[in-house]
Amino acid sequence: MPLEPVAQLAPALLDAGAGPATSLLGASFREGYVGSIVAVSLYVSLTAVALSTLVSVPAAVAIGLTDFPGKGFVKSVVNTGMGFPSVVVGLVVLFAVSNQGPLGSLELIFTREAMIMSQFVLATPPITAISLAAVSGVDDGVRDAARVLGGTRVDVALVVIKEARYGIATAVLAGFGRAISEVGSVLIVGGNITSADGISKTRTLTTAIQLEARQGRYETAMVLGAVLVALVLTVNAVVVRFGDRGVTG
Amino acid sequence: MAALGAGTIVGTAGCSSTGGSDGGGSGGNGTADEMPSVAGETLTLTTTTSTYDTGLLDEIHTDFEEMYGVTVDAVAQGTGAALETARNGDSDIVMVHARGLEDEFMRNGYGVNRRDLMFNDFVIVGPADDPAGIEGMGSATEALTTIAEAQAPFVSRGDNSGTHTKELNLWDAAGTDPGGDWYQETGTGMGEALNVANQQGAYTLSDRGTFISQRSEIDLTILVQGPIEGGPEILANPYGVMAVNPGVHENANYDLAMAYIGWITSPGVQNAISDYQVNGEQLFFPEAVSEDPDFQQYVPEGWSSDDADA
Repeated sequence: MPLEPVAQLAPALLDAGAGPATSLLGASFREGYVGSIVAVSLYVSLTAVALSTLVSVPAAVAIGLTDFPGKGFVKSVVNTGMGFPSVVVGLVVLFAVSNQGPLGSLELIFTREAMIMSQFVLATPPITAISLAAVSGVDDGVRDAARVLGGTRVDVALVVIKEARYGIATAVLAGFGRAISEVGSVLIVGGNITSADGISKTRTLTTAIQLEARQGRYETAMVLGAVLVALVLTVNAVVVRFGDRGVTG
Repeated sequence: MAALGAGTIVGTAGCSSTGGSDGGGSGGNGTADEMPSVAGETLTLTTTTSTYDTGLLDEIHTDFEEMYGVTVDAVAQGTGAALETARNGDSDIVMVHARGLEDEFMRNGYGVNRRDLMFNDFVIVGPADDPAGIEGMGSATEALTTIAEAQAPFVSRGDNSGTHTKELNLWDAAGTDPGGDWYQETGTGMGEALNVANQQGAYTLSDRGTFISQRSEIDLTILVQGPIEGGPEILANPYGVMAVNPGVHENANYDLAMAYIGWITSPGVQNAISDYQVNGEQLFFPEAVSEDPDFQQYVPEGWSSDDADA
């Protein structure tokens, strides 16, 4: 998995890229701190996006390949979901997992699992909507041909997914981008916790940036922001590569 | 056991989600660590940004974690949010700095075993040229009134934090209702509020610790001192620590919360708080250890058993 190498890469990135500010930064980051928040960010966002994809892509294919009354309404609900403010999603998940809420007995508040829940809710609408657009864009002839050749509904769906793979990859990346860059919900349900020795429990890059900005340490916040951008670029590159190699053929 | 207790609370609250609570019970048993000792447990502490951001808690918590073999999850929120999280049963202990809100928390039954922990003070900071002319005033309320009359820019936290609560109390005591273009609520943490004030040449109320840790990066200076440097007592900034009442939230880790209170109010840790410095300056002054009795720290201010009987 890309998680471990990237986690190790991040501190090296800092030393190489931070330039004259390194001495200041060297003092403010404790050993393992940046690596651990990168690891938590990736763990939470990748898990949430993987779960979202498992739900969204079949849902998009099902919606895209069938005609039913209210289809337009379903589409607009999904599109609206893309605009959900992350803080509102965070509050809803907080009410759910809080001790007073319906899932209170699971004791999920201030855990990575709660963060995955809220990012799942955030990532699912964009992945579904963009996948749906990609699936709808597949030429009808491809579908018909698959059917004529005696394909079952599953075969037809697989052919359509294969044809729409670039669109679906874009959808997954959009969902990942939404998940890893949002700060509102993970701050509320995760609590931005590190242990006393500076190893992240529920602190992500975004909540770490928020913490630095809160204290007026804007330079440090900017460096963490650069790490976040580098991380998103890396994941994008990996997915595009993987998509090119794995799906064609 | 924990799930049963939660169900009872839900039941007494008349909540309609009893079924959901039962459904989640099996999962709850799976996650609850039923260990013979405290080792491996987690204490969730909600606290204020001013204690957390100074780095004090990271500095001292290692000692507690090693002593008991536990983990302390410190969640930094404003005082208002920290108390609300505890009120919902989502933390085991709170460390905050707004006595009025702490008292309300205790009077409503959510908090027990309050101790005075430490103090520092607030200072009124502003641009060095001091357009309203408050420098050296011995009265914080007079200084605020002067700022209001001059309509000099003032930045308010506006976030229901302990510092914001103190600021509102000060305006109240000054008999001034702040408002108008000169008075801006930022809704941000202390560090950001100081930066906003710095950008705009505005006055603001800051806790001394945050101001010290940021002083090298901003042009603001202290214009009205707090009691640590001989300023008015009204600018005192006392921190208290309270356990969440296990009678209200049965899942609260009360044993460990009390262990924490005992630990942090012990002479050794109080000394460690005293020794903690940022930029060569002491940020917090311990006040838990005293020869003299101080019964008011355990109860809401002004409470007496006579009142309760009435």
